[in-house]
Amino acid sequence: MQKLLLLGDEAIAQGAIDAGISAVYAYPGTPSTEITEYIQASKDAAEKKIKSQWSANEKTAMETAIGMSYAGKKSLVCMKHVGLNVAADPFINSAVTGANGGLVVLSADDPSMHSSQNEQDSRFYGKFALIPVMEPSNQQEAYDMTRYAFILSEKYGTPVLIRVTTRLAHSRAGVIRTEALAQNEMKLPSDTQQFVLLPAIARRQYKTLLSKQEKFEEDAAHSGFNKLIDGKDKSVGIVACGIAYNYLLENYEGGKVPHPTLKVGQYPIPARMAGKLYEMVDEVLVLEEGYPIFEELLRGYLNKGKTVRGRMDGSVPRDGELNPNIVGRALGLPVSEGFEIPSVLKGRPPQLCQGCSHTDSFTALNEALQPYSRGRVLSDIGCYTLSALPPLQSINSCVDMGASITMAIGAADAGLFPVVAAIGDSTFTHSGITGLLDAVNQKAPITVLLNDNATTGMTGGQDSSAFEKVDDIVRGVGVEEAHIRIITPLRRNHEENVKVFQEELEYKGVSVIIARRECIQTLARRMKLKALEKRQETTMV
Amino acid sequence: MKKDIIISGVGGQGILTIATVIGTAALSEGLELKQAEVHGMSQRGGDVQSHLRLSSTIIASDLIPEGKADIIISVEPLESLRYVEMLDKKNGWLITSMNPFKNIMDYPPVEDILNTIWEMPHYVTIDADRVAKEMGSIKAANIVVLGAASPFLDIDYKSLEAAVTSVFSRKGKDMVLLNLKALKAGRDYAQERT
Repeated sequence: MQKLLLLGDEAIAQGAIDAGISAVYAYPGTPSTEITEYIQASKDAAEKKIKSQWSANEKTAMETAIGMSYAGKKSLVCMKHVGLNVAADPFINSAVTGANGGLVVLSADDPSMHSSQNEQDSRFYGKFALIPVMEPSNQQEAYDMTRYAFILSEKYGTPVLIRVTTRLAHSRAGVIRTEALAQNEMKLPSDTQQFVLLPAIARRQYKTLLSKQEKFEEDAAHSGFNKLIDGKDKSVGIVACGIAYNYLLENYEGGKVPHPTLKVGQYPIPARMAGKLYEMVDEVLVLEEGYPIFEELLRGYLNKGKTVRGRMDGSVPRDGELNPNIVGRALGLPVSEGFEIPSVLKGRPPQLCQGCSHTDSFTALNEALQPYSRGRVLSDIGCYTLSALPPLQSINSCVDMGASITMAIGAADAGLFPVVAAIGDSTFTHSGITGLLDAVNQKAPITVLLNDNATTGMTGGQDSSAFEKVDDIVRGVGVEEAHIRIITPLRRNHEENVKVFQEELEYKGVSVIIARRECIQTLARRMKLKALEKRQETTMV
Repeated sequence: MKKDIIISGVGGQGILTIATVIGTAALSEGLELKQAEVHGMSQRGGDVQSHLRLSSTIIASDLIPEGKADIIISVEPLESLRYVEMLDKKNGWLITSMNPFKNIMDYPPVEDILNTIWEMPHYVTIDADRVAKEMGSIKAANIVVLGAASPFLDIDYKSLEAAVTSVFSRKGKDMVLLNLKALKAGRDYAQERT
């Protein structure tokens, strides 16, 4: 078959299409976004009528996928690592219900926090849920493992987790496709109680899940994704998980590693394979992109066996992503160095685009807050989080999706007045609506700045679930009409916008100021597309 | 054959287009390729970089090891210095546009940046904006820089031209011609000076 040049994310998407999915459910989040975007743009997926609309958040995405699995069809759910926290409730319980149609969850971790607020390791979630986890080392494996994950899911009636990290998600290489599997016909589970997690049934289902554990380990020993490769130099044995394997190979000419190596791509790691490696070497070096999960298991709490090196003893830094040089140093190899970074270099942090509506919103808010002491703006996750940096320096928090409104309520309860919650339209429908309902029910004295730029901006302008619905939702939740204020954040409206903020800051109840202006990136994209269409029309004439 | 290339600039300056053109040309010559990109938060006016690895044999790591990059291609002078840790100290080339993109308060004096670059053993600095303007549009500045790097890529120039043609064909004939001229002008500049 043809060789395609694909991002790791795109290889996963193509693997899912070729595994015969009927839907992908997802909320955008770096570094996972491109998976769903690829399926949305794929002609192949369109012909197969694969559903690929964005969900309101990761929890709704996960639950929708469980519904599809219940009805017997295959689906993929995609999210970034912190999205799995949002989806954790249905995710963990889906392991107990088990799967009917193939159910595969993709979580993209972001070690080094390139675009995230933490670097949690999704493999923990796989272990927590007691389900198989796949961790590809390269783009071809990303494709192959996705396809295999669906086979595994249906073979054992279990959801399967695929874990990738930023580097693989956003790196391109050649991928060869294999023959596509058929999509499923609708077929309800033979046991009509399987998905009813009433205590009595849940206990039975949980025992079923526990009884599958041995099979999961057995499968991981035979699938071919875990390999024990012998080496002459037994002074050290190496366990290399996922992408760490590439960095290991990079350190040896022609990829010829002289030490016995366990290449890990599927969990649970078979004890038999790990034991064999452990027995044949003097000490073990564990290379994991993320937390030292397997390292901790292998060394044990009392660490009384052979020397196990890795992130816990400092052979590898405790935080951040791996790279060839870090791995080289851990192996004690001479590592090349480039030039010293010159002192003239200055940092260039990301910032709001020229002409962004958020700049005008926060400039007005800053001025209205001038008379009060600092530290009154609880914010959320989106492009507007960049207003924490100079020159605006407007916001004082960013914790998780939706936390702005609820944190503002708590701060108001503690006596902070006035207090502002800043949230975007897509984040509002993701996790802000319930918080606003709390505020209304408690008559909390908070001012909500709802930045409605009609898109999910930070991840590249995906459709927002809130599109043209924000006003009705705010009204429906029960915010008083007189305190729903709509402004257009433009420099020329500055004075009048400041006045609106000043008025609402003084109000001792819930007010929502909707700052509405389209994201300039999506606007520019629309204009470009229009111009292109126009040119095509004229050439056709 | 092995070429490890860092392409750098500021989000929105077209570094992925440079990577796509080189990648397309490399594939047409039957080379192996890996290309790590930056997506997400840093794209918003921040520093961005791409690791592009070409080889006649299998490539293991998506990231280039420190001190092993053969070329840095940068569309912005300050950004060209951000990755010198990656550059091969003996044989590495630094190819950069001289035109600053100033969106930070403490942007250093351009002379200081250029003087630092000119202390490197192998470099090409080019006024890419001016050259691109002479060719018809400042939009092609990134391809001018690619042209200036082309003598060091070990890729047949005809393959690069074909890649420019295929990458820009969607945007119409004028854009293809503009970028082919930009590629040539950048290449001529580098060849006259090295």
